[in-house]
Amino acid sequence: MGLIWEGIKKAVELLWTLDPEVLGITLFSLKVSILATLASLAIGGGVGMILALTRFPGKRLLISLINTGMGLPPVVVGLFVTLMLWRNGPLGFLELLYTPTAIILAQTVIATPIIAGISLAAIQQLPPDLRLQILSLGASRWQMVRLLAGEARLPLLAAVMAGFGGVISEVGASIMVGGNIKGSTRVLTTATVMETGKGNFDTAIALSLILLVLTFTVNAVLTHIQQRDRPR
Amino acid sequence: MTGALEVQDLKVVRGGALVLDIPALAIGPGSVLALIGPNGSGKTTLLKTLAGLQEFTNGRLRFQGQELDSRAAREAYRKRVTMVFQQPLLFDTTVARNLEAGLKLHGIPGPERDRRVLAEARRFGIEPLLGRQARKLSGGEAQRASLARAFVLAPEILFLDEPFAALDPPTREALMDDLGAALRQTRTTAVLATHDQIEALQLADRLAVLHQGRIVQSGTGPEVINQPVDEFVAGFVGMETVIPGRVTASGMGLCRVSAAGRELEAVGAPGVGAAVLVGVRPENVTLSAHPDSVTSARNRFPGTVTRIVPRGPYFKVELDCGFALAAFVTAHSLEALALAPGSEVVASFKATAVHLMTNRR
Repeated sequence: MGLIWEGIKKAVELLWTLDPEVLGITLFSLKVSILATLASLAIGGGVGMILALTRFPGKRLLISLINTGMGLPPVVVGLFVTLMLWRNGPLGFLELLYTPTAIILAQTVIATPIIAGISLAAIQQLPPDLRLQILSLGASRWQMVRLLAGEARLPLLAAVMAGFGGVISEVGASIMVGGNIKGSTRVLTTATVMETGKGNFDTAIALSLILLVLTFTVNAVLTHIQQRDRPR
Repeated sequence: MTGALEVQDLKVVRGGALVLDIPALAIGPGSVLALIGPNGSGKTTLLKTLAGLQEFTNGRLRFQGQELDSRAAREAYRKRVTMVFQQPLLFDTTVARNLEAGLKLHGIPGPERDRRVLAEARRFGIEPLLGRQARKLSGGEAQRASLARAFVLAPEILFLDEPFAALDPPTREALMDDLGAALRQTRTTAVLATHDQIEALQLADRLAVLHQGRIVQSGTGPEVINQPVDEFVAGFVGMETVIPGRVTASGMGLCRVSAAGRELEAVGAPGVGAAVLVGVRPENVTLSAHPDSVTSARNRFPGTVTRIVPRGPYFKVELDCGFALAAFVTAHSLEALALAPGSEVVASFKATAVHLMTNRR
């Protein structure tokens, strides 16, 4: 119990004094996770929308793969992305391994199926004739997609929250593709693992608390936006 | 015939099955056509195809003489027509924003949008609801908003897919009156899909009866209701008595038909020996308790009441007259004649009330 209390005091101290290293790790974690979530939203949201609005052979198989991907273990993603970016790998020439871009890439792979799966369900739960109703009001196909997304905005925000929650909290992929390099690729989760390994439990607890506060704050903002629009 | 919308050899195939086969159909400018038929007859498929919302496998669709043979042509066409569905399908925003949604998509400027939204909200009696969230509306209010959203676009053709099916009778009746008035005032060409013949008769100039993806009869309301072409249409439009028979005599515009061992008289001149179906609408059958009661009806048959079924403001009395015959009576008549299963009555109907159809079996 004393250890946890020490950790809380340390976290407050690190935040109060605006410890440059902790601040840097926090902002970096936030930056990579937000960028990965945005990339996943663009890819996963698009894939979910296409799957919901089109019919083609193999669609069910693709949906099954996406649903499986929603539970993809981050270490598996980390291993796969590492192999792709390894010096002799197919994308090795890009020299991205152990860079922030590699972490964003891995986190995007983790969040994309989550956002795609929830987006697909969000569009599919809309009334089937709504798409035709929008077209019959004179919408082009792009306008129809935009209006459908607007109608599904509440579950789509849930998709964003789930995607962000998935990547800000993962450690396996970030440590494998980022290497936990100080001042370059260290994020809150990898730093916590490292501090725990070194026996610096107070710092590890402090970093964990910061991660929790960060996750809560981002989700609170998104929840506020989501619930503000909820029909009462 | 040249119409606002013309169809030629239209076919829709789904999963290898032919679900729609319309050799020809024309919808005249300013007219209201009702597509009637039971569930699964192809009404909605035809409506969506006519509205440019569904691809067709074969055939031609022409709007004001122009072929809708490309995606671009159909997209341009969709800007000039609109559709109202069975569910109101309003957007999750205010009623006012719902009404202006289509105008925004058409690029109509703000002040013009406001003017048109207000005019249609007034027409459909929803002006006080403009600031309300659409999801808080009752079913009737929501369908009013949906109709106003369509009329605000001043469509050249309005497609209506069973817009009253989910409403209670008083709401439905009030909304039907308002829609009828709006169609007449704006002279909007419309196509209405419905399984309710009352809706069709009230709103449409012409009816087309669909069965298994084909139009089996089209004509004015009275034509279709009183002169169905076959047993299917007769059953669908409420001609409850249909019995097979054979013409035994014909002349002077009258004929005699032998059916179920009885002789009936009908107006018409079919050839002697022709196999026919005899149809009688239940509202044209009169019941009396006494066999010697005075009537000018040429067809009189004693019978036994087998069943009495409430049918809205009327009762349907089913009789065994040697053949099954149905009659509608009021609650007052039911009481006055002391009708009950087993009662002996005399059923009568005029020769002009008998409709003869060709028996193709």
